[in-house]
Amino acid sequence: MSMTPSNQRIVSKLKRSSIVSLIKKGLRVDGRKLDEYREITVIPNYISKAEGSAYAKIGGTLVIAGLKVGVGTPYPDMPNSGVITVNAEFVPFASPTFEPGPPDENAIELARVIDRSIRELHVIDLEKLAVVPGEKVYILWLDIYVFDHDGNLLDTSMLAAITTLLSARIPKAVVKENGRIVELDKEVREPLPIMNKVVTVSVGKVNDKFIVDPNIDEEQVLDCRLAVSLSEDGKIAGMQKMGSGTFTTEEVIEAVKLAKKASKTLFSKINEALKKIEEQ
Amino acid sequence: MRYEKIKLVDENGLRIDGRKPDQLRPVKMEVSVLKNADGSAYVEQGNTRVLAAVYGPREVHPKHLTLPDRAILRTRYHMVPYSTDERKSPAPTRREIELSKVIREALESVIFVELYPRTTIDVFIEVIQADAGTRTAGLMAASLALADAGIPMKDLIAAVAIGKVDGTLVLDINQVEDEYGEADMPIAMMPSLGEIVLLQLNGVLSEEEFYEALKLAQKGIAQLYEFEKQALMKKYVEVKVEEV
Repeated sequence: MSMTPSNQRIVSKLKRSSIVSLIKKGLRVDGRKLDEYREITVIPNYISKAEGSAYAKIGGTLVIAGLKVGVGTPYPDMPNSGVITVNAEFVPFASPTFEPGPPDENAIELARVIDRSIRELHVIDLEKLAVVPGEKVYILWLDIYVFDHDGNLLDTSMLAAITTLLSARIPKAVVKENGRIVELDKEVREPLPIMNKVVTVSVGKVNDKFIVDPNIDEEQVLDCRLAVSLSEDGKIAGMQKMGSGTFTTEEVIEAVKLAKKASKTLFSKINEALKKIEEQ
Repeated sequence: MRYEKIKLVDENGLRIDGRKPDQLRPVKMEVSVLKNADGSAYVEQGNTRVLAAVYGPREVHPKHLTLPDRAILRTRYHMVPYSTDERKSPAPTRREIELSKVIREALESVIFVELYPRTTIDVFIEVIQADAGTRTAGLMAASLALADAGIPMKDLIAAVAIGKVDGTLVLDINQVEDEYGEADMPIAMMPSLGEIVLLQLNGVLSEEEFYEALKLAQKGIAQLYEFEKQALMKKYVEVKVEEV
């Protein structure tokens, strides 16, 4: 059962009104423009034991994603496709409002929004991940861990997730005994069959103004927000209205336009980080 | 899900169930269908059938969950095991947990929660037969049940799922269109105010297609809103004459 949260962070009325009045004038509490991201850091291959990984930081929000790979049986309705599972956890030390236990509705929603965008845009060509079609396929576990919460968990998590997939090197599957046994050879590694790149941009609404990348205080002040997943060529690959406020249709259109513009920042950060590791 | 390609829109532009792209499935709505609940409703859209019930405003236990300036809202979206082709485990899935959350957030923007501080309003949605569009049907049933319970709201919620099948945008998708189509976009609005309370997109659309989808949704929502008002009025219009 989903319940109105009663352990929300409290932002003082004074701070709240200064955030709102600044945004009204096109300014932000931390000196940014309305369509500007905080400082972004992306480090691919952050965890050496994982087949793929990435450290992503936007402002004070820290997320580390990792990919582990195995071989298993495909889903009966998709016998010739590999399997990808996206899971997200908010660790208890990431925020005073997070508690230990299985993923709550927020973590589940975040993981599912990321999962859908990756799946629907065909970021990975899952059909190329069938080892013995109908019998043995690659299983990809993409685990997203939030270690510090300073607002905008979704964009940061997606940044970590996509960088993980783009930089992953998975072990080669070796088929033995007429396809009955499949082993992973960790000495031979190859990249995932990537077809597209995707990022998610969260646009927040404050009265009649829109901001990207809300920080933790701004998040408490937002009327509501729209998360828009975008491909590099500007297609909309998923959307989710989050929070309890409302948008008019005109506002939704404006939010999508702003998200599209802001997505360029994220793509350039990803490409920059990938180029750096290629040069090494 | 997609092992073979099936044709979803024929050469005459008609859909797999004979509908036009901008045509809703047959709708049936009724309020006050349950005895115990403070408010209840039944909504049917084609083969999708949903029951919703409301309890409250009522006391919250444990007390520390209350809020001093408003009512809290507790929402559960649930599919019963026999509602789907393969039996669905009755335990809540990740999908149901997510949908319960987005439905709660949609309802929070509609109900005047500040009128009932320190209480809870509980909304339960049970999908008894699933044929796509269950969250939108559930949300409409929930809003009718809230109205039936006499809880003040800014407006009713009308909702519909837009799909993209064989490259065509279609209104109110069914299960086949959902499974084999390219996109599914559920959207819920307060029609009189023109405010969107729920919006999700599962699939890929261009910016232009998205604008078209929004327009198509508004067309369906306007029709569904009329059905909702009729269902509510019917509760009071029917006069029962008792035999003496």
